[in-house]
Amino acid sequence: MAALMNENAIAGKPARVRLAGSDLLGVAIVIAAAIAGYFLFPNNLALLTRIISIALLVLSLDLVTGYCGVATLGHAALYGAGAYAAGMAAVHFGITDPLAMMAVGILAGTAAGLLSGVIVLRAHGLPQLVLSIAIVHLFHEAANKASSWTGGSDGLASIAPDPLLGLFEFDLWSRTAYVFGVVLLLVVLIVLRLVVRSPFGMLCRGIKEDPIRIRAMGASVHGTIMRMYAISGAVAGVGGALNAISTQVVGLDSLSFTLSAEALVMLVLGGTGSLYGALIGTVSFLWFEDIVSAANPFHWLTIVGALLILVVLFAPRGLYGTASAFLERRQEARR
Amino acid sequence: MTSILEVCNLKKAFGGLAVTNNVSLSLNPGDRVALIGPNGAGKTTFVNLVTGNLRPDSGMVRLGGETITGLNPMRRVRKGLVRSFQVTRLFQDMTPAEHVALAILQRDGRSTQMLGHFSHMPDVTAETGELLSKLGLHDFASSKVSRIAYGQQRLLEIAIALALRPKVLLLDEPAAGVPQSDTGRIEQALAELPADLAVLMIEHDMDLVFRFARRVIVLAAGEIIFDGSPAEVTKDARVREAYLGSYAYVSSVA
Ligand SMILES: Nc1ncnc2c1ncn2[C@@H]1O[C@H](COP(=O)(O)OP(=O)(O)OP(=O)(O)O)[C@@H](O)[C@H]1O
Ligand SMILES: [Mg+2]
Repeated sequence: MAALMNENAIAGKPARVRLAGSDLLGVAIVIAAAIAGYFLFPNNLALLTRIISIALLVLSLDLVTGYCGVATLGHAALYGAGAYAAGMAAVHFGITDPLAMMAVGILAGTAAGLLSGVIVLRAHGLPQLVLSIAIVHLFHEAANKASSWTGGSDGLASIAPDPLLGLFEFDLWSRTAYVFGVVLLLVVLIVLRLVVRSPFGMLCRGIKEDPIRIRAMGASVHGTIMRMYAISGAVAGVGGALNAISTQVVGLDSLSFTLSAEALVMLVLGGTGSLYGALIGTVSFLWFEDIVSAANPFHWLTIVGALLILVVLFAPRGLYGTASAFLERRQEARR
Repeated sequence: MTSILEVCNLKKAFGGLAVTNNVSLSLNPGDRVALIGPNGAGKTTFVNLVTGNLRPDSGMVRLGGETITGLNPMRRVRKGLVRSFQVTRLFQDMTPAEHVALAILQRDGRSTQMLGHFSHMPDVTAETGELLSKLGLHDFASSKVSRIAYGQQRLLEIAIALALRPKVLLLDEPAAGVPQSDTGRIEQALAELPADLAVLMIEHDMDLVFRFARRVIVLAAGEIIFDGSPAEVTKDARVREAYLGSYAYVSSVA
């Protein structure tokens, strides 16, 4: 009996139940928000689908930056690889089944992730950042030059995906694309939740804080981050392929430094090192950008900049990070 | 008895400064060795060379008869050569239970598993609980490391090292920075280390050294100037000279 109680104390049973509960709550909130979005903004489903697609990019970035501590400003390379691969599969190889296009996007994203990882992990700190920027520029240039394959600066157009599961046409109002996107996001979210809570996720958090300690435990820092890069590439690939399928064009902007930097801004805005932080950062940034750019097309960038400065100064752990730290403190105070 | 760790003619210089100068020593299973020496003598550097955190200019390290000089720190740990750090290296947001569980999972080759949570693995939680209880950390098992006292953090360093089931354990000042009132617990933990484990401990506190060690090695300016029993070390002229004017030794030995 005593031993049993001991084990419970180690496992932190109450904390765990709370965690599992908050996981379910998080997924439920995402589902509720998705349903609300569908009915509240029936004319803006294309924008909402784009938000989901970018959210997948930001989640992917969070895996390497937020969980493993890799500094990168070139993460759109993974996203763009997924988008172009899915688009080219449809245009040049007649692979127009959306699930097959998705699979191609995931494979390409994973490959781009592994390639980026191999290069970026050669350096640390600022040199690492520079390498990541070089990668996204090289990808961008390659897509620009190989215009017979990619459409170059005109973009890759006339991607015509088949109906989803042979049943649901990708309609003009983006209803199918939106539902497809929501389902993909939920699947990714649940899988990533498992991954970041697993022993592997714990190892990654350790690497972010102190790689020397992790090596002194006999674990491979490089090997672990490469695995995470592969997962991250797959997730970015989902986002890219979703973008190709839903908008039916792929432009060079999906492989750009700008998108990479914006993804990092969204991640910091929401809070690094938590999946919900990545989601909240993306939604608030893109939603805010949409409102402000409509209300004041001349000064919206200024306003977005000011918002960012406010968040970084007053909520340095991001919107979600700050809120959850606040709740944690209150809970402790009550105990 | 055949030695488990053998160090031959290890040399390392930083710039022109010879910090490790032709150091040779060997440890047998069950050894309790204290490595002492004035500040800056090169004790931590020696540990860094043995564990592979630093690359020696020349010399050789053997573990269980196998040459490991060319291996990286990770591979040496996997072969049973484990260290602790002079300044605690722990993950501030993780709990002691998580630290120890991670070390156990890593030892068993399960740390890259992507499903499940360690608290659902009965063998891991049982071993974690056992180790933490042994080091008196059981009550803090689920507090964040940033919330526990420094003395407890030092004990956790030892718990992590033990979770890796080492053959050779190198402890770099396990009691450094711990208030006098808390060193008793650390000393007890040291006394309870597995009997067949070879332990080399760097320590400045001479009381602790005399109670722990059956052999004392003195390092001064990168060279071993004494290797013998605790009883003899106090009488050695070169040791006295090396420590002349140095704080702890003079006061506790003279
Ligand atoms: N990376 C380095 N580069 C240059 N010099 C170094 C480096 N590491 C250590 N040193 C120097 O080597 C000498 C030995 O340092 P070391 O840390 O090994 O001493 P120590 O015996 O562990 O001292 P302490 O008792 O203070 O921990 C010191 O003079 C230190 O300044
Ligand atoms: Mg030292």
